[in-house]
Amino acid sequence: MYFHGDVVPADLMKRILGLLLLSLMSFQLNPAPVFEAYTQTLPGTSVSFDMIPIPAGSFWMGSSDPSFPDQQPRHQVHLDAFWMGPHEVTWDAFELFLDKQYEQTITEGGVPARVDALSRPSLPYLDMTFGMGKEGKPAVGMTQYGAIQFCHWLYLKTGIFYRLPTEAEWEYAARAGSEERFFFGKDPSSLGDYAWYAGNSQQTTQVVGTKKPNPWGLHDMYGNVTEWVIDQYAPDFYSKSPANNPLNRGTKLYPHCLRGGNFATAEASLGSSFREYSDPVWKRIDPQIPKSQWWFPEAPFVGMRLVRPLIPPSPEEIFAYYTQVPIIDY
Amino acid sequence: MKKNPTRREFVKASALLTGGLLAPSFLVPGAYAAPQNTLKLALIGCGGRGTGAVFQAFDTGHPIQLVAMADAFGDRLEGSYKPIFEKYGKDKVNVPQERRFVGFDAYKKAIAEADVVILASPPGFRPSHFEEAVRQGKQIFMEKPVATDAAGIRKVLAAAEEAKAKKLNVVVGLQRHYQNNYRESMKRIQDGALGDIVGGQVYWNDGGVWVKQRTPEQTEMEYQMRNWYYFNWLCGDHIVEQHVHNIDVANWAKNGYPVKAEGTGGRAVRTGKEHGEIFDHHILTFTYADGSVIHSECRHFPGAANRVDETFQGTKGKAYLSAGNHGLLTDWKGNVIYDHDRKNQPNPYQQEHDELWAALVKGEYKFADAENAAKSTMTAIMGRYATYSGKVMTWEESLNGQVDLFPDTLAWDALPKVLPKDDGYYPHAIPGKTKVI
Repeated sequence: MYFHGDVVPADLMKRILGLLLLSLMSFQLNPAPVFEAYTQTLPGTSVSFDMIPIPAGSFWMGSSDPSFPDQQPRHQVHLDAFWMGPHEVTWDAFELFLDKQYEQTITEGGVPARVDALSRPSLPYLDMTFGMGKEGKPAVGMTQYGAIQFCHWLYLKTGIFYRLPTEAEWEYAARAGSEERFFFGKDPSSLGDYAWYAGNSQQTTQVVGTKKPNPWGLHDMYGNVTEWVIDQYAPDFYSKSPANNPLNRGTKLYPHCLRGGNFATAEASLGSSFREYSDPVWKRIDPQIPKSQWWFPEAPFVGMRLVRPLIPPSPEEIFAYYTQVPIIDY
Repeated sequence: MKKNPTRREFVKASALLTGGLLAPSFLVPGAYAAPQNTLKLALIGCGGRGTGAVFQAFDTGHPIQLVAMADAFGDRLEGSYKPIFEKYGKDKVNVPQERRFVGFDAYKKAIAEADVVILASPPGFRPSHFEEAVRQGKQIFMEKPVATDAAGIRKVLAAAEEAKAKKLNVVVGLQRHYQNNYRESMKRIQDGALGDIVGGQVYWNDGGVWVKQRTPEQTEMEYQMRNWYYFNWLCGDHIVEQHVHNIDVANWAKNGYPVKAEGTGGRAVRTGKEHGEIFDHHILTFTYADGSVIHSECRHFPGAANRVDETFQGTKGKAYLSAGNHGLLTDWKGNVIYDHDRKNQPNPYQQEHDELWAALVKGEYKFADAENAAKSTMTAIMGRYATYSGKVMTWEESLNGQVDLFPDTLAWDALPKVLPKDDGYYPHAIPGKTKVI
């Protein structure tokens, strides 16, 4: 994972050392996992989310449509098993993360010190729901750093390593075995049964899981919110991508990949293989300098979905994933 | 109540009156001389917003040199200088140590070095900073709100008059005035597209803003200055600091200022020691001279529903406006009168600088935002007076209020007027008991 710059501020160092200790303890709050669907409750709250198993396997990634050079070449990829959230992350959980005081207020039995010590987002001065509502609606407007730190917070709360999907994991899960443009085939005429997109969304996010899922049980893979993945966006990555668990590790803040399209995406840009990427213009109207590491005030269409690998990485790797420091954004 | 001209009419009138040109020289005796045709800029208040405003000034592309910076805190100043210098370099950023002014009086020295000043300290300081910049004859961009109590407003109104007399451009960061959806919608509203505006609702409901924790070495003055959002002499409460945007839009739609305010407010969920004395909600009605009523609501409740926008009802139709570039006017049958295209809109924070600096480089006098900004800030202050006192507050008695929140002395070892009680909590207003004017 990327560490930007060489300077680690003292307070960050302190945090890192604390985390290191924590990671070495590798706190075993959870017994060895059974690879089946489960519901993750956030301790002390009534907030929970589901995770469903996605078996290991191989698939053809990308497309051979010459109109989309960044989806080429179509290539075979093998992935290890993981769980994936059948729904996009909603404000119900994300707001607990973004406001520590709010988390303390509604968590029965208190918030453990290890969770309390985590740096939280700057509370956004602007309304980051953009008037689209909270309950059951996807959390939106977070940077990739914010999305990863949400996973970090979940780890500190649950002891389980949650992360963003890789781009390959996302496409594999979206396809659910299909080699067509959509998991339901080639014909876009039934898109409205599965997706909130420009054609039916009224230009706003919708409550997650209100459309039909794909064959593997995943809802809203197309539309609603564009979902963060880990990879740096490179239009030519598929020509050099490894076949096993590929990941294009980031070295720059922009552009990073996102997948799935959103409530404002036209049908023509939706499908399992379509790639999107982050744009600094999403921070244009942030009136502060440095611009926020946490928020994109002009990306009300960006959200996230969780993944949990069946075999978690080592504590050192987990620590490295969660403590990536983003480049300062002027 | 006297009908106020719209800003549009006002700008048109002032441009006509002055015929445009300023005196060609901005030179101040003894100050650093920048290269010819370059406007010298000073930043007063080096937080994230002030730093952002300097970026926007440079991004206009006009010949500008930052020559001085001022902040009460040295670390804030250096934290602002670094990104500015890294991005714009030595040709544009010429602020050696001797022109980095730190402390309560720093603003006077920095203002003296420049042709144009950005005033972006916490709002409580704005009246004295604005007054000084006008006294020294500078062109001005200042952030909202422009004061935190009536005493400050009276100071700003007086300086606004002086700025007009001296033909000093003043742009205020009520950036909705520089945002196309608002401009286009308001133009139509004022041309009568909705008939008479008889009612409206304006909101800033969200989860709240940052908190700075106290550290052991801080004096009470330093703590309040660092955690300024929660102290009224600095912030004015969130109804003034934040909701002023929406209240200002109501005044814009009504083309005037309310004659009275009544309402209720308190501290429901944000009640810690670190939350100082401000309320976390205010719900009000503002009544205008023609008897029309605007409902105003602001709250900082995490976990509750968010809403930041403005709606208005007229005799012929209604309007929906928001900072997300909404500008939708419909008649009462639902027919669309105007629907602003939300795509590819200019950044209003950049637009306000583009327009200001375009006038400055041409030596034009075009902008006099201070009076409206002072009166919209006063509207929000009147709202706070109403929720804090529990009384019906009139415009006149509010504007003449004699309670001055500002400390008698500004020094790190001096005491602000509101101090923590023995238990560490700050006293806050009790409706029915608290005297506000």
